[in-house]
Amino acid sequence: MALSREDLLEAYRRMKTIREFEERVHVEFAKGGIPGFVHLYAGEEASAAGVCMNLTDDDKIASTHRGHGHCIGKGVDVHGMMAEIYGKRTGTCRGKGGSMHIADLDTGMLGANGIVGGGPPLVCGAALAAKIKGTGGVAVAFFGDGASNQGTTFESMNLASVWKLPAIFVAENNGYAEATAAKFSVSCEDISTRAAGFGMPGVTVDGHDFFAVYDAMREAVERARGGGGPTLVEVKLDRFFGHFEGDNQNYRAPDEVKHVREQKDCIRRFARRVTSEHDIAEQELAAIDDEVAKLIDDAVAQALAAPDPLPADLTTDVYIKY
Amino acid sequence: MARKILFQQAINEALDQEMARDSSVIVMGEDVVGGTGGNGEMDAWGGVLGVTKGLYGKYGDRIMDTPISESAFVGAAIGAATCGLRPVCELMFIDFLGVCFDQIYNQAAKFRYMFGGKAKTPVVIRTMIGAGFRAAAQHSQCLYPIFTHIPGLKVVIPSSPYEAKGLLIQAIRDDDPVIFCEHKALYAMEGEVPDESYTIPFGEANIVREGSDVTIVALARMVGFAQKAAATLAKEGISCEIIDPRTTSPLDEDTILESVENTGRLVIVDEASPRCGMAADIAAMVAQKGFASLQAPIAMVTPPHTPVPFSGVLEDLYIPGPARIEAAVRNVAEYA
Repeated sequence: MALSREDLLEAYRRMKTIREFEERVHVEFAKGGIPGFVHLYAGEEASAAGVCMNLTDDDKIASTHRGHGHCIGKGVDVHGMMAEIYGKRTGTCRGKGGSMHIADLDTGMLGANGIVGGGPPLVCGAALAAKIKGTGGVAVAFFGDGASNQGTTFESMNLASVWKLPAIFVAENNGYAEATAAKFSVSCEDISTRAAGFGMPGVTVDGHDFFAVYDAMREAVERARGGGGPTLVEVKLDRFFGHFEGDNQNYRAPDEVKHVREQKDCIRRFARRVTSEHDIAEQELAAIDDEVAKLIDDAVAQALAAPDPLPADLTTDVYIKY
Repeated sequence: MARKILFQQAINEALDQEMARDSSVIVMGEDVVGGTGGNGEMDAWGGVLGVTKGLYGKYGDRIMDTPISESAFVGAAIGAATCGLRPVCELMFIDFLGVCFDQIYNQAAKFRYMFGGKAKTPVVIRTMIGAGFRAAAQHSQCLYPIFTHIPGLKVVIPSSPYEAKGLLIQAIRDDDPVIFCEHKALYAMEGEVPDESYTIPFGEANIVREGSDVTIVALARMVGFAQKAAATLAKEGISCEIIDPRTTSPLDEDTILESVENTGRLVIVDEASPRCGMAADIAAMVAQKGFASLQAPIAMVTPPHTPVPFSGVLEDLYIPGPARIEAAVRNVAEYA
């Protein structure tokens, strides 16, 4: 199924929203307004968009500590996300989760996750629920090159394979697990080759190319929906920022990020292609840019003005005592 | 109608009745069917001790064998719970929590709170606890205090067939993650159990025996030992009240405090290790909230703070028994 003009504009909107969101969080964090740990997804937008453009609200995803992009890709409300990152009562999780724990089950977002490798087992369960209930839904585990070395990920790929679950494992390999290079910590050249050990297809794609991600994912989703079991899709990409905000990134080469931003920007690449090949005008993209900028401005303004949680919220949403 | 059945039959019956009632209830774990993919018969084991035997014949694919991958299948049960199923997952021995703990305490326990009340995780993790089988240090522990420590988990510890059935049905219907601890020495215990479905609410202790001189709080297998001790002590003129909390999270503090108000003396019997265990927790609670009622120091009867030994001679010394309970009660009763 080819992407329609509307699909392409929607893909652009999601990627641009992620980019603006993350660039703005970077600025606001530096001002000191955002508490806690924040891990930014900028640079990796083609992955979240390329994967999620293949999914519906009935499909589920589990995300990582670097989860803002997955949330936006899956359709989580940007205002709620921004308020959550500020710890406000109007946040997606009412200020009780924060950047690392944004979840929205209504849109099939099972949660960002503070534990590396925390998501893949949960995705097996989401896929099992879809299979047992016969919904035709699929479940996607996003994880990084770091989590590709976790036992939970291996166990989950094996379980998904032996139970023939409609699950897709998306390894976002951005080259660094915190400050340690994948070149050192991952024992093989391509994480996708590990799929063979679990009896499932594996493919590596260029994560700077939305279309490459989209096409690989479409094949994996079709296989899963058709009862063909799980797939491992490795997406090789680069992050524009450090592991977390405040990371000086001196484990990267001095001009590495500059080079990535100038040469490997997935959004610029997407824009070039759709304006030259898909009958989309630069003005249409510029209009989206304006809308997104206003959306993010508004989200920040509303988050700043939003109320903090109430003291009584401390002890709700969990039993303390009967 | 009540009739006598075994503790393990009570567990099986609870699963059977809930699976019949609600198609979203599924069961998974290592060998819970037993035989998947082999050359012999299916339902060959029905659980390592036969507790789930027969469910496969009735419910087919709703009961599933898993690879020996506790992180994956415990996590899968939790993930499925967030997506509308009510999985009952078997972690064969509680000692195996080390290979799946993240999914339980960082994931399942926290979803409802961390996601602002918008998620529920109705999963039950059934698991065996307890010493007495010469099963040595990695198959004999009572690790429920570790789970009790984690906000967001509910922890259930039945002491009889009646409790096992009613508490398990409650656990399956509960919307929070529940750790359901089955003492392996109780599987062969016989007791009166209604054949119809019923629930026992969490956080309501059972007063197993009424008495006026000393309160004994005991859990799981220790409840039976406390009853034996109380019978002996009654002949000496010491009247013991025995309280079985049945769930350590939530804990019925009120029933314990009311009893101590009447007796003024408290002995807590717990098969878990003494440091940061249930005995220490309940002792601290009573010391804070019931200090004015106390007429004697609180006594804890627990194993020593050691791993569970293998040798029968040593294991028998390790497990708190009726004699140690009696001695502790006499000490507390005589304290002026």
